[in-house]
Amino acid sequence: MSIKHGLLALLRTEPKYGYQLRGEFEAATNSTWPLNIGQVYTTLTRLERDGLVQASQAGKDDDGRSLYEITEAGRTELAKWFETPVTRESRPRDELAIKLALALAVPGIDVSAVLQRQRASTMESMQELTRLKRIGRDGEISWLLVLESMIFSAEAEIRWLDHCEAMLSRHRRSAKTSTASKDQHQPEDHKAGANQ
Amino acid sequence: MSMILDIRNLSRVHGTSGQKVHALRGVDLAVASGELVAVMGPSGSGKSTLLTCAGGLDRPTSGEVLVDGNDLATLNAKAVAALRRRRIGYVFQDFNLIPALTAVENVMLPLELDCTRARTARKYAEAALAEVAIPELADRFPDHMSGGQRQRVAIARAIVGDRRILLADEPTGALDSDTGEAVLQLLRDRCDQHGIAGVLVTHDARHAAWADRVVYLRDGVLVGQSGPLPEVDILLETR
Repeated sequence: MSIKHGLLALLRTEPKYGYQLRGEFEAATNSTWPLNIGQVYTTLTRLERDGLVQASQAGKDDDGRSLYEITEAGRTELAKWFETPVTRESRPRDELAIKLALALAVPGIDVSAVLQRQRASTMESMQELTRLKRIGRDGEISWLLVLESMIFSAEAEIRWLDHCEAMLSRHRRSAKTSTASKDQHQPEDHKAGANQ
Repeated sequence: MSMILDIRNLSRVHGTSGQKVHALRGVDLAVASGELVAVMGPSGSGKSTLLTCAGGLDRPTSGEVLVDGNDLATLNAKAVAALRRRRIGYVFQDFNLIPALTAVENVMLPLELDCTRARTARKYAEAALAEVAIPELADRFPDHMSGGQRQRVAIARAIVGDRRILLADEPTGALDSDTGEAVLQLLRDRCDQHGIAGVLVTHDARHAAWADRVVYLRDGVLVGQSGPLPEVDILLETR
């Protein structure tokens, strides 16, 4: 999640104070990613160091807080951000994928039950997101887009779980068949069977 | 709040003694007034059999289906048919509208079959079309409507009169995603505002997420559910 580019985007039209940026960022995403004011000022300091924003000539407010404006370099950086697709780098540790892999690798774990519990839980968050969508259907379009993004990724997870389940049952069926045919034809060839 | 649809220990076996197929095995499902329940499961898991048994279109091999407290097994065929016409509405994936009839005539059909006078039936049908937000399409034929409009007519036909149960089998299957969402919104509103008990069969998680509860069928057995369980006092009241 790029706070840096989010702030640049909000500065595109006019100079703003840090607390304003925080408020507008949260409004656009309906507090899906809450920012604390410290994060905002740390990010602004880095942006200023990199020449992407500058403290505006228009000066400070009564409490001595700086007004920030975007620089030309900042505009170029922002344009580049909007033009570049977000890459789907693998998440550093996908706990769910690891959990399923281990459930399969470790004997005695009911993988179907693990899958079903996960599906039920993901569906519950999807139900909650859909409820929010229903309530907010006349609200901010930016918030609805954020909600949809979360609904789609929950949906993708459920589809993946369904796919895993189908793959597993197919795998079990073919394992059963191949064991059965091995038992019939090559009862001694235990080792080859185990290695397959 | 009471259970309008109460399915207890329902089993359905197809075929004869030689090749028995257990489509459903000991399924319990109770749906309260105002509740929308989604049934999910892969092909062949028993979703549609559950729906046809719930609606009295198919008879269970064992177990009970109670509609408004009436055990369908204790009613004769004529009484089941009457209950179906008056209390239960169906929505199908392919709409099942009669092409030779206009929208309003399609919606009037269940009432006319139930011997309601034509003028009264028409009044109810027009009200139902207004509720699904297409009153202006009353005199149009299905062939001259979009998929979304046709499904709205089908929903109007399913809710016309005093229906208590709405059974929908993949109602969004033939629609694009935006139109599908509008149809779900409509089903949801029927449950929320009119206290109808809804059962939605779908393979689409996105659509199931509109329901209060999602139940999962695998090989004819309910293997789990998402969403709140009915409150304890409701269970005590009906059991």
